[in-house]
Amino acid sequence: MSEKSSPEDGQTIRYRNLYEKSDKIYTRKITGLYQNIRRYTGLPLIAGFLLLPWFVIDGRPAVLFDLPARQFHVLWLTFWPQDFMLLAWLLIISAFTLFTVTTSLGRVYCGFTCPQTVWTLMFISVEHFFEGDRNKQIKLDQSPWNFNKIWRKSSKHAVWVLIAFITGVTFIGYFVPIRELLLGLLPYRDSVSGMMTIDANPVAAFWTLFFTTATYLNAGWMREQVCKYMCPYARFQSVMYDNNTLSVHYDTKRGESRGARKPKDDYKANGLGDCIDCSWCVQVCPVDIDIRDGLQYECINCGLCVDACNAVMDKMQYPRGLVRFTSEDELKTGVFKFLRPRIIGYALAVTAMMSAFVYTISTRTPLSVDVIRDRGARMYRISGDQVQNVYTVKINNMDNNPHTYSVGVEGDYPFEVKNYRPVQILAGEVFTVPLRISVPRKALDTEKTTLILKVTASDNDKLQAIETTNFIGPAPHK
Amino acid sequence: MSTFWSLWIIVLTLVCLGLVCWVLFANRKVAVKDSEEPENQTTGHIYDGIEEFDNPLPRWWFLMFVGTLIFGAIYLALYPGLGGFKGIIGWTQVKQLEAEQEKAAEVEAKTYGVYASMPVEELIHDGRAMKMGVRLFANNCAVCHGADGGGNYGFPNLTDNDWLYGGKAEDIRNSIANGRGGAMPALGAVLGEENVAKVAEYVLSLSGQDHDAALAEAGAPMFQQNCAVCHGADAKGNKMVGAPNLTDNTWLYAGTREAIQQTIRSGRQNQMPAQHNKLREEKIHLLAAYVYSLSFNYDE
Ligand code: SF4
Ligand code: SF4
Repeated sequence: MSEKSSPEDGQTIRYRNLYEKSDKIYTRKITGLYQNIRRYTGLPLIAGFLLLPWFVIDGRPAVLFDLPARQFHVLWLTFWPQDFMLLAWLLIISAFTLFTVTTSLGRVYCGFTCPQTVWTLMFISVEHFFEGDRNKQIKLDQSPWNFNKIWRKSSKHAVWVLIAFITGVTFIGYFVPIRELLLGLLPYRDSVSGMMTIDANPVAAFWTLFFTTATYLNAGWMREQVCKYMCPYARFQSVMYDNNTLSVHYDTKRGESRGARKPKDDYKANGLGDCIDCSWCVQVCPVDIDIRDGLQYECINCGLCVDACNAVMDKMQYPRGLVRFTSEDELKTGVFKFLRPRIIGYALAVTAMMSAFVYTISTRTPLSVDVIRDRGARMYRISGDQVQNVYTVKINNMDNNPHTYSVGVEGDYPFEVKNYRPVQILAGEVFTVPLRISVPRKALDTEKTTLILKVTASDNDKLQAIETTNFIGPAPHK
Repeated sequence: MSTFWSLWIIVLTLVCLGLVCWVLFANRKVAVKDSEEPENQTTGHIYDGIEEFDNPLPRWWFLMFVGTLIFGAIYLALYPGLGGFKGIIGWTQVKQLEAEQEKAAEVEAKTYGVYASMPVEELIHDGRAMKMGVRLFANNCAVCHGADGGGNYGFPNLTDNDWLYGGKAEDIRNSIANGRGGAMPALGAVLGEENVAKVAEYVLSLSGQDHDAALAEAGAPMFQQNCAVCHGADAKGNKMVGAPNLTDNTWLYAGTREAIQQTIRSGRQNQMPAQHNKLREEKIHLLAAYVYSLSFNYDE
């Protein structure tokens, strides 16, 4: 907290700055179980993210969110605006999964798989590579600008920008086919004007640049600030915690009182606990907190302090686990209860929703039909001895092949489709067909009756959609 | 916008911006008196035993706020937003709309232009063109003629081969582009109610419907005198003026005794609106082809 003094009326008044520059966090390099787990959950995620847009299935990218066409291609499936419910369900399922995980394992999502964490980890290792470990970094930052400092800093930023750019291109590659995007971003000299130019769609180019910048700023400069001030999850995760939630704790009973000691002293006789107050656990923490002060909202449950402290314990030849994944109840009573009613409830809900989701996806027919009765005209039309109703049938071919659809009609009367000429509807096309349905006037003896329309692909009768609508006729006494 | 309201908005906006700046900068620092306990870092708010700490906000947050203020100032200088002030670059929504329309026209000219030079007789066999026709028809014609072009009471059926003004491609194009006005004069006052009934019986007989033979015979000379001018002596209609053929059993209005009497007594007024102001040449051509296709017998 920066404070300034200025004499006024003979009294000293200090000012406290309400907007403070946050101190840079220098993290210490650490190896250990959780750091390894972190690495091995991060790598496949990065690899998956980077490679996925390059795969091609059925002649188009494996994953492509085609916004202009309003189609989302995910592997073999194509989603349409009508499938919006599925997206909503997917989000609900994800949210419940997150609740389940958070209630049982705390904020492990944050510590191990959140992209912000994974990318920050990547950027930090680049930093370590060029500037060395914590102490070297602090020294380098304090040293005057010289060749050593300049080349180390500039190479670090260059590699950061490169990673950010790869991230940006890959991310936009989920919305624009990535090969086109990359080729379009390559500058070349225009043969007519002689100027350097690129072919990329300006919107795609802008967003690529935007995400490059955002990645660079987020993982390079903002880091834990994003988790602390921007991420909404940090704000409400505490409501999911209970006394049996696994999270990183410092075992106060065992550690206190902390303090330095000589190796040969009988520290217990001196009233000391196992914590030697080396502050390693603070130095490795990516959000710069002291876990020995107790559970804090900033803690992302990444386990780095556990690794650090275990390393210290090994050195001291004390048992491990002074800082460890444990629960409040276990610290108090020594008993850890994993299966609580809450967890079981969440798990059941997630399983049920997931099964329903998978069932819905696997039984989906890629055809949707809407029927609208003609409203611009009179209720019905009489032509000779026929009563006719006119409908507009919207056929949306959501399959990846063109199809010709036939329309059948069923109902309580001998209905008949007139003047319908089947048209070929292309893959992904929405086409509106006018449809006239007629019935002999003598046969009809209700004013309003239900009609069932069956739209079927002529080459595949499994591709069928059934819609009901109304048929209106004259009052029976006429 | 009157000068008063314009000024009102300008003053209000600028004063608010100024206030926001003042609040932001005035609260950058707080004075801490010596007399206050230096250890106490809470704001003094306690709720449910939870104390609120007086921790500073991150500085980048403050800087972002300043950034938005600068953005706001630049925006208000460039774009209209301050009362009647038009902004330095003179941007308006109307201009944006016009630019969009121009772009749309270009796209349309390209999409429909391909078909402009193809004769109707060819177009009706072009699946893509006919699909576009369906859409054009649904947007422009279906309200009156029905989604299927089958017509309605007072609106001609476009799917049969009975044409008021001729069914050649050129006739159809003309009807769409320039519209048609059909007028059957009211004859009730001229003929008198009794004679209206006689002429109506004669008209019924023309299309072979049930009629009173005696009355129809009496109506025949009256028909020749009053109606043959338009409908022709043989009552087969006249495509020049759009007079319907009365010998077939196709009726623009119902063909019942009451409806026919009503038509003779009070006349009929029909108006097909001209489309050339609304639709461009290429679209009308495509629409004409689609309407032509409605009654075309593909199976022959
Ligand atoms: S306190 Fe430990 S677990 Fe929590 S964020 Fe810091 S290093 Fe990770
Ligand atoms: S790393 Fe372990 S021993 Fe060192 S300060 Fe932290 S808790 Fe104490």
